Amino acid sequence: MNTSADQIKKIEAQEYEDLVSQTKPKPTLLKNCIWAFVIGGLICTLGQVILNYFIGQGLTKLDAGSATSVVLIFLAALFTGLGWYDVLGKHAGAGSIVPITGFANAIVASAMEFKREGYVFGVGARIFTVAGPTLVFGFAVSILIGLIKVVFS
Amino acid sequence: MVNQKKQGLQTIIFEEPPVLTAWATIVGPKEGEGPWRSDFDWIMEDYEFGESSWEKAESKLLRETVKLAVSKKNYQPEDIELLVSGDLLNQITSSSFAARELQIPFLGMYGACSTMAEALLTAAMAIDGGYFERVVAAVSSHHYSAERQFRFPTEQGVQRSMSSQWTVTGAGAVVLEKGIYGGPRLTCATIGKIIDLGQKDANDLGSAMAPAAADTIKTHLSDTNRPSDYYDLIVTGDLGKVGSALLKQLFIKNGVVPEPNYSDCGVLMFNDNQDVHAGGSGCGCSASMLCGPLLKKMVQGKIERLLLVATGALMSPTTSFQGESIPGIAHAVALENP
Amino acid sequence: MSSLVTAFLVGGALCLIGQLVMDLTKPAITPGHILVGYISIGALLSGLGLYQPLVDLAGAGATVPLSGFGHTLTQGTLKAVEESGLLGAISGGVEASAAGITAAILFGYVAAVLFDPKG
Repeated sequence: MNTSADQIKKIEAQEYEDLVSQTKPKPTLLKNCIWAFVIGGLICTLGQVILNYFIGQGLTKLDAGSATSVVLIFLAALFTGLGWYDVLGKHAGAGSIVPITGFANAIVASAMEFKREGYVFGVGARIFTVAGPTLVFGFAVSILIGLIKVVFS
Repeated sequence: MVNQKKQGLQTIIFEEPPVLTAWATIVGPKEGEGPWRSDFDWIMEDYEFGESSWEKAESKLLRETVKLAVSKKNYQPEDIELLVSGDLLNQITSSSFAARELQIPFLGMYGACSTMAEALLTAAMAIDGGYFERVVAAVSSHHYSAERQFRFPTEQGVQRSMSSQWTVTGAGAVVLEKGIYGGPRLTCATIGKIIDLGQKDANDLGSAMAPAAADTIKTHLSDTNRPSDYYDLIVTGDLGKVGSALLKQLFIKNGVVPEPNYSDCGVLMFNDNQDVHAGGSGCGCSASMLCGPLLKKMVQGKIERLLLVATGALMSPTTSFQGESIPGIAHAVALENP
Repeated sequence: MSSLVTAFLVGGALCLIGQLVMDLTKPAITPGHILVGYISIGALLSGLGLYQPLVDLAGAGATVPLSGFGHTLTQGTLKAVEESGLLGAISGGVEASAAGITAAILFGYVAAVLFDPKG
């Protein structure tokens, strides 16, 4: 008795799911992709300009890379603070999420939003809402690779 | 003994239908740029409303709306015997903090975006039950306080999905009184069941709520033995474009004929060029449409009988993270001119 | 000049992939998931020796996307393992990425103190 009721419920849910997927508007894929490609490409180009500048100043490639990240993160933090980055993100989608500026935006936006809950448990704690998981997984993978190298060398 | 006050499965009939004697709505700037600008009482200049946080702004919005509604009948807040109120925030703080200032005996309600109908029918039961003569039902929602609680920090650069809806910044308050006055009356109401067809997309609440609206409307019509064209307008709360398209298909599937004159507050709230994707949502959506254009049209006689079916998606960010589907609910209140 | 063009094309392409993932998979994918995915996959590809050629080709086009950050982590770890073995596996990643992480936290905090969310 119970199983058949469950089955009916399942069928009903599946039928409805089909109806929903017919009705739901699709994302404007082509437009989104063009935006993501162009904005993402431009942010990377800006990165290259900064990188070339630092290399021209005589920094090593590694240091120039770090300095470029710092400058881009600064710009993203500033634009987020001024309330511009979310406007860009609305159109650019992944184009402004994937670059390191998107990482910075997620950090700053989370921190700013919880300012009203105080500087310690508001800003201080929430700053890691997105940065935390990102760093956890980044560290985990890199440490794992390091361990593999330790074992096999 | 036959229960005279309940009819059918889920519908309550008011013997002495309470009268809506005054109402008010205050909305946010974006809502003020929509098609109903002149029908709202007051439009906020900015989202902060002179306060230092979105939450404080929302509570003030609710408080001022209640005061405004009450003042239209030349009452003071202390003349009101009961405030039935709710909102979208955790622990419905907008409502309780507004009630703290207003000092009216207070019942808090949570029905997500269905709260306006829930509050109206509770207020009407309190009056028709003979306990009170003058009750206010009110709700609020605020775009940014909801956004940060349910979705992302407001400054994060995210792309909203095409089926997502824009939480309306707005509050509505209705004064209901024992029926000695003219004006629209709350004649009956249908309390909805939770319907959950397994939808999980928190960016598409319209699809999650449409089956609940379909169920409540069908039950209401069969409980009251009314044909679907009994109402000049059946209006759902905030299904938005996706949800209301689905509901129309569910009408056909459920055999709701003739096709009712149907619309949705979420669809009506904004113009197409306002970039809200699937339309408006939030408690404030049905509340400000009701207390703005819809009740105005009832007073003008353009609508004689209105069925407001406010819809709610009763999930939280926690349940979404845990992979639960979204329980939908809808409550219907029938408003009729005498 | 050609470095700018390749940076644009490769950087743009990496972002395009992210957009396709967001639009074509289930809607529960948030920007947070994208960031986690990019840093993890970047770190992994780097470990397999597949990311360095992309960096050589595209410069900032490969290092600015967050996968490049994962690459920095892995390369730092591998270098430190050569120098100090097991301890290097743990310390190398943070050492190499210290500038970026600290800058993000510092600027994030300062921006939060200076600005209010405008909505």
